[in-house]
Amino acid sequence: MGLTRDEVEKVSLLARLQFTPAELERLTEQLGQIVDYVQLLAELDTTHVEPMAHPVDIANVFRPDEVRPSLPRDEVLANAPHHDQECYLVPAVLGD
Amino acid sequence: MSVHELSASELIAQLNAGEITSTELTRACLDRIERYDDRVQAFLQVGAESALEQAQAIDQKRKQKQPVGPLAGLPVGIKDLLCTQGVVTTCGSKMLEHFRPPYDATVIARLKQADAVLLGRLNLDEFAMGGSCENSAYFPTRNPWDLERIPGGSSGGSAAAVAAGMLPLTLGTDTGGSIRLPAGLCGVTGLKPSYGRVSRYGLVAFASSLDQIGPFGQTAEDCALALEVIAGHDPHDSTSVAQPVPAYRAALRQPLEGLRLGIVREHFGEGLDAEVEKAVREALRVYESLGAKLVDISLPHAKYGVAVYYLIAPCEASSNLARYDGAHYGHRTDEKAMHKQLAEERAVLQAAGNERGLGQLDSALVRMYRASRAEGFGAEVKRRIMLGTYALSAGYYDAYYLKALRVRRLIRQDFDEAFRQVDLIAGPVSAAPAFRIGEKADDPLSMYLVDLYTVSANLAGIAGISVPCGISQSGLPIGLQLQAPAFGEEKLLAGAHLYQQATDWHRRRPQLP
Repeated sequence: MGLTRDEVEKVSLLARLQFTPAELERLTEQLGQIVDYVQLLAELDTTHVEPMAHPVDIANVFRPDEVRPSLPRDEVLANAPHHDQECYLVPAVLGD
Repeated sequence: MSVHELSASELIAQLNAGEITSTELTRACLDRIERYDDRVQAFLQVGAESALEQAQAIDQKRKQKQPVGPLAGLPVGIKDLLCTQGVVTTCGSKMLEHFRPPYDATVIARLKQADAVLLGRLNLDEFAMGGSCENSAYFPTRNPWDLERIPGGSSGGSAAAVAAGMLPLTLGTDTGGSIRLPAGLCGVTGLKPSYGRVSRYGLVAFASSLDQIGPFGQTAEDCALALEVIAGHDPHDSTSVAQPVPAYRAALRQPLEGLRLGIVREHFGEGLDAEVEKAVREALRVYESLGAKLVDISLPHAKYGVAVYYLIAPCEASSNLARYDGAHYGHRTDEKAMHKQLAEERAVLQAAGNERGLGQLDSALVRMYRASRAEGFGAEVKRRIMLGTYALSAGYYDAYYLKALRVRRLIRQDFDEAFRQVDLIAGPVSAAPAFRIGEKADDPLSMYLVDLYTVSANLAGIAGISVPCGISQSGLPIGLQLQAPAFGEEKLLAGAHLYQQATDWHRRRPQLP
């Protein structure tokens, strides 16, 4: 089984990460080992088993739709790497 | 006994009796941190000044006979994964090196309400991903029993601080064993509550369907004391369960005659260290002598636990950690350098007439995300994000993620079946005592297998506790794990307390040089 370097590179874009060629080599090998190990699950027939996404059976929880205070903007923006007191600033998305 | 040898419960009794003030106790903790933490390195940050202010305020309250909370004046340390308003919360990551949360986690708010003295931020594997505390972006914490060894993880700082007598009580989190494992390896008591027992609001998410917050102390009684404070429904976390919080300390003394203790056949197989097996079996004999019945049980899907966990946890992590985008908070790459780099790459591709390469070149925004995350996250965090993104990607979702969710249900059903026959399950916490720092650093898979005995409880949502039950010939602690059905903490804590009344392993302390 295992993974190819191309697959790992493709996933790195999906994950919004980037790696040097040496890191990619290493990661391909390590992820391959882990993926091989989890193949262990394939030996189980789970056709009639319901997936369990969560340990507690919970339904939607609603609260009344009332206006409540939110976090103060200046405190929230204080953690932003780049802002103009009102908005987050990011590299241009359009016209690049 | 000196102050650092006393348990949290004993110290609370002394504080309430006026035998010691919070200021004296806080100073004693700070002195001990000053003396030993340059070697143990449990703390990422020590808030001496603010701790002393809190202590004085509580001493004043007591002096004026005002009502005080159940943890009044007790110094408590916090795993640096729990948001504390205005206090840098790094999650052991360079990504959040300067992050000051604008709000308190619910457990922090409850500790404050209980008049605890918040003293310091404890080291961890980055974003709680790891079993050794070596994945902290800052430094590895060391095991107080042997400074060349790991304290376990991910809540390594929380366990080591209690083991070294630097703090009587700490909080950690447990996603696949991150409380029980370090508790076992450091010779302290650590409780992972049932999923939904404690609010996760303000716990920086790793794997939301597995994460729980829990305490470390010297004794099960300490854990009961802390759980009474932090447990309970919270409107901020809709997965916290609206069940009343029992008086856990009072429940410690419930009669446990005829306690049925399940011994899992699969837990005593290949790979279990002989000394660990001997200590655990000896603990089981102690239980027998106290009137417990040992029942041979099977958890047939136990061996799939690690594989299920290392699919589900990375999948949830890859989604949760998508929030670190370099835009809202956390590390952002140097934009000037980034634009320069992109321009260079474009020029090279243009010169070569590589149209395909040009088409695939990152936009500035995408490159900002990728560079910020590549710089901000450490190797293990990236590995797990990659693994999770892969397992969730088109074509693999059914074979990996969905398959893991199905086997997760089988694991849960094993426990349901077992708990029809027994009250608690007893066995090892880890297959071996603490390993040496660096020993498994280049082998992620062997590191993952350390979690063999602990991950199933998180997958099933049940409760577990680690209590000291022996010391190896080389002087390293060995832990016994007890597990209870979801919301069975009363019996779990009472079972651990029963053992601690009959043994003194939890009283053993390392000789710090």
